Amino acid sequence: MSNTATIALAGNPNSGKTTLFNAMTGARQRVGNYPGITVERKEGTVNLDDIKVNVVDLPGCYSLSAYSQEELVARKVLVDERPDIVVDIVDATKLERHLYLAVQFFELGIPVVLALNMMDEANKQGLRIDRKRLASLLKCPVVETVARSGQGKQELMQEAIKHAKERGGAWEPLQISYGPDLDMALGVMAEMIESANFMTNRYPARWIALKYLENDEEIVAQGRKLGGTAQELEDLVAKTSEHCQATLNTVPEAIIADYRYGLINSILRQDVLEHEPTQSERIDVSTKLDMVLTNRLLGPIIMFGVLYGMFQVTFTVGEIPMGWFESLFGWLGETAATLIPEGMVQSLIVSGVIDGVGGVMGFVPLIAIMFLMISFLEDSGYMARVAYMLDRVLRVFGLHGCSAMPFIVSGGIMGGCAVPGVMATRTLRSPKEKLATLITAPFMPCGAKLPVFLLLIAAFFSENEAQIMFGITLFAWAMALLVSKLLRSTIIKGEPTPFIMELPPYRLPTLKGILIHTWERVWSYIRKAGTVILAVSILLWAAMTFPGLPEDAMSKFEAGRQAVTASVDNPEEQETLLESIDNLEAQVTLRHSVAGRIGSFLEPVSRWAGFDWRTNIALVGGFAAKEVIVSTFGTAYSLGEVDPEETASLSSQIAKDPAWSKATALALIIFVLLYAPCFVTVVTMAKESSWRWAIFSTIFNTVLGFSLAVISYQVGTLLLI
Amino acid sequence: MENTLRSLRVNEKARIRSVTAKGEMSRRLRDMGLVPGTEVKVVGRAPLKDPVALRLRDFTLTLRNNEADCIMIERMEEINE
Repeated sequence: MSNTATIALAGNPNSGKTTLFNAMTGARQRVGNYPGITVERKEGTVNLDDIKVNVVDLPGCYSLSAYSQEELVARKVLVDERPDIVVDIVDATKLERHLYLAVQFFELGIPVVLALNMMDEANKQGLRIDRKRLASLLKCPVVETVARSGQGKQELMQEAIKHAKERGGAWEPLQISYGPDLDMALGVMAEMIESANFMTNRYPARWIALKYLENDEEIVAQGRKLGGTAQELEDLVAKTSEHCQATLNTVPEAIIADYRYGLINSILRQDVLEHEPTQSERIDVSTKLDMVLTNRLLGPIIMFGVLYGMFQVTFTVGEIPMGWFESLFGWLGETAATLIPEGMVQSLIVSGVIDGVGGVMGFVPLIAIMFLMISFLEDSGYMARVAYMLDRVLRVFGLHGCSAMPFIVSGGIMGGCAVPGVMATRTLRSPKEKLATLITAPFMPCGAKLPVFLLLIAAFFSENEAQIMFGITLFAWAMALLVSKLLRSTIIKGEPTPFIMELPPYRLPTLKGILIHTWERVWSYIRKAGTVILAVSILLWAAMTFPGLPEDAMSKFEAGRQAVTASVDNPEEQETLLESIDNLEAQVTLRHSVAGRIGSFLEPVSRWAGFDWRTNIALVGGFAAKEVIVSTFGTAYSLGEVDPEETASLSSQIAKDPAWSKATALALIIFVLLYAPCFVTVVTMAKESSWRWAIFSTIFNTVLGFSLAVISYQVGTLLLI
Repeated sequence: MENTLRSLRVNEKARIRSVTAKGEMSRRLRDMGLVPGTEVKVVGRAPLKDPVALRLRDFTLTLRNNEADCIMIERMEEINE
C-alpha cells in the first residue's frame, strides 16, 4: 500500500457515519448497488499527503451476525476485499451499545481505528471519556470527532493510515473468553478447522468456530458445501448446545452475547467512562419532543398534518419547475418541428423522442422535492416515529410501520406519483413487507389518473363530484390494504419481520447530507428510467403510427379536403370542415395502426366491462403514462389533440354517446385506478425489487382491475337499467 | 409468576431476567442489547398501545407487544408522575 489505501467506514445506523463520509469525501462519491440486492454501495476518494485513499461506506449495522442484508454485505466487504483498515464510528453518548460492533471487528482481527463521534453532545451531557485509556484497553487508536462540523476528520484519516501501515495488512483476531464450556468447544473446533483448512482462506479459524456456535446461517451454509468437517462441527455444536441447555438453561448464542457485553462493561468500568452529574438529570430534548410528537392524541394529528403539508408542498412547489420542463420540451418539440421537414422522421423525433423523454423529465422536480423532504424526515428521526405510530394499523394487513410513506407519496391523499412512492419503499428494511407495499402502492390515485376521473365524473356524476373523488381515494386505500393482506397470506407468505427498531434522537439534519441524498436518488432515476423509457416511447409511437393508411384511403381524405377548399367560400366554415376531416383521418389512422388493431382485437373481451376499441387504445397508451389516456381518447373520438386540463368538449361527447352509461364510467374508473402501473413505475419497481416482481405486478394488477371492472359493470347495468 | 415486558407500564423500570425468543428474533433482540441483566425503562407507547418504546443503554428502542412477550423481567421501582 505505497500510494493507495482503502478505508472501510463502519458503524451503527445513526452513528453519524454518513455525515462523516460526506465530510471526508465531499462530492467525490460514487454510488452503486451491491450485486443482486438493493443495499447501496458508496465509495469516495480523498488525497491525503501522497496517498490516494479510497473510502468505502459500509452499510450501517448493529452487529456482524447474519440478521440483515446490511450485516451480510458489511461482512463480505471486510472478508473479500480486505480493506487496509476499518474506521468504526461510535456515538460517544451510547458507547456501551456501539462498542458491541467494535468488539466483533476485534474478534475478526481486522485493523480498526475507533472514531468517538458526537463528542460535542457527549460533553454537553457531562460524559467524560478517557480516550487514551480506552485506546490502551482496546489496543487500537481512538480519535475524537464531530462529524457535523468535520472536526477531527483529518486526524482520523492520518491515524487510520498510520495504523494501517503499522499493521501492514495483518489480521490479529482478539480471543475473548466465553466461559469454560464454550472456550473448550471453541478450542477443539478451531483446531479441527485449522487442520482441515476449512474456509481458513477467508476467515480466521476461531471466528468460524464462533459463528458455528452462534448458528450463523451464512457460515453454516457455506460450510455444508465443503462437507466433511462441516458435519463434525455441527455435531459438536449440537452437543455443546445440549450441554448449555441442560446446565445453564440457555443457548450458546445467548452466552456469547452476554460475555461480549460483559467485556464492554468491564472496559468501561476501568475509569474510561465518567458521568458528571451536571445538568444531565434534565430530560433531554428528544424525550421532551416525543412527549408531544408521539402523544396519544396529538401525535397522530401532528403526523397527518406533517404528511399532508409535505404533500401539498411537493405538488404546489413542484408544479413550478415542472412547468418549466414542460415548456422547455414544448419549445424543443416546436423547434424540431420547424427544423425537420414534415414526415416520418419529424413525427418520430417530436412525438416519439421529445415527448417521451419530456414525460420522464417532467417527473424530476417532483422526485427531487419529495426526496428532499423525505430525507429531512428520515435524517431528523421523525420517520422512525411515523413507523412507530402506524405500525399497529398496518401490521393487520401484513405490512410494516414504514409502509405508510410510500402509500402517501403514491397518491394516498390524491394526486401523488407512484414513481417516488415506489422509490420510497427503500426505507423498508424487511423484504416481504417491502414487496407487498411495492406492488400495492400504484393503486393510489396518482396525479396522472386524476384527469381521467375528472372527465368521467363531469360526464356522468357531475352532481356529486367531491363525494365520488373522496370515494375513489377510500377505495384505493381499501384495495391497497386488502390486496397486501391477500399477497401476504398467499405468495409473499411469512411471519412478520420483527419490528425491533431504534428510535434515534431528534437531530437537525445537515443541508449537505440532505442534498447529496436527494441528488443520488434523482440521478439514478434519470439514468436508469430514462434509457428504458426512451425505448418504450419510441415503441409506443410506432404502434400508434404504423401501419399507415393505405394510399387509396389517404387520397379519399385528400379529395375531401380539396372539395371543401373548392366549394366552401366562408373561411371560418372552411377551417372547421377541414379540421373535422383531419380529425376523422386521425381517428381512422389510429384504428388502422397496430395499437388500433390491438384495441379492436381486445374488444370482444373488454366488452364485458363495457369498454369499446377507443377505450382500449387509450388504456394501452396509458401504460406508457396515465396522462396519455385522455389525449388518446381525444384522438379516438376524432376531436384532435385534447388538452387534459380542458376536457369539457370530450366529456359532453362521451356523455352523449349511447355506448356509454354510468356503469361504463364506473367500471373504467375502477380499471384505471387499479390496472398496470405506468411504464416508468414498472421500471422503478424492477429496480427496487426485480423484473420478475415488476412483471408480476403489471399482470396481476391488470387482471385484478379488469375483474373488478367487469363485476362493477355487470352489476351496474343490472341495477341502473 | 414471571412477568413479561408487556406488563410494564409507562415510566416503570425493570431488569431483564431472560429472553425466551428463538432464532432470528432472539438474535436481533440480543444484537440490540436486550440481554439478561440489562435495565430497561418503558418511555412510551404508540397511540394504539403497541408498539412500546424502551430506554436502555442510553438509547431508545421500540418493539411490538408480541416481541415484548419473549422478554422476562423483574420490576425495579415505580416512578409516579
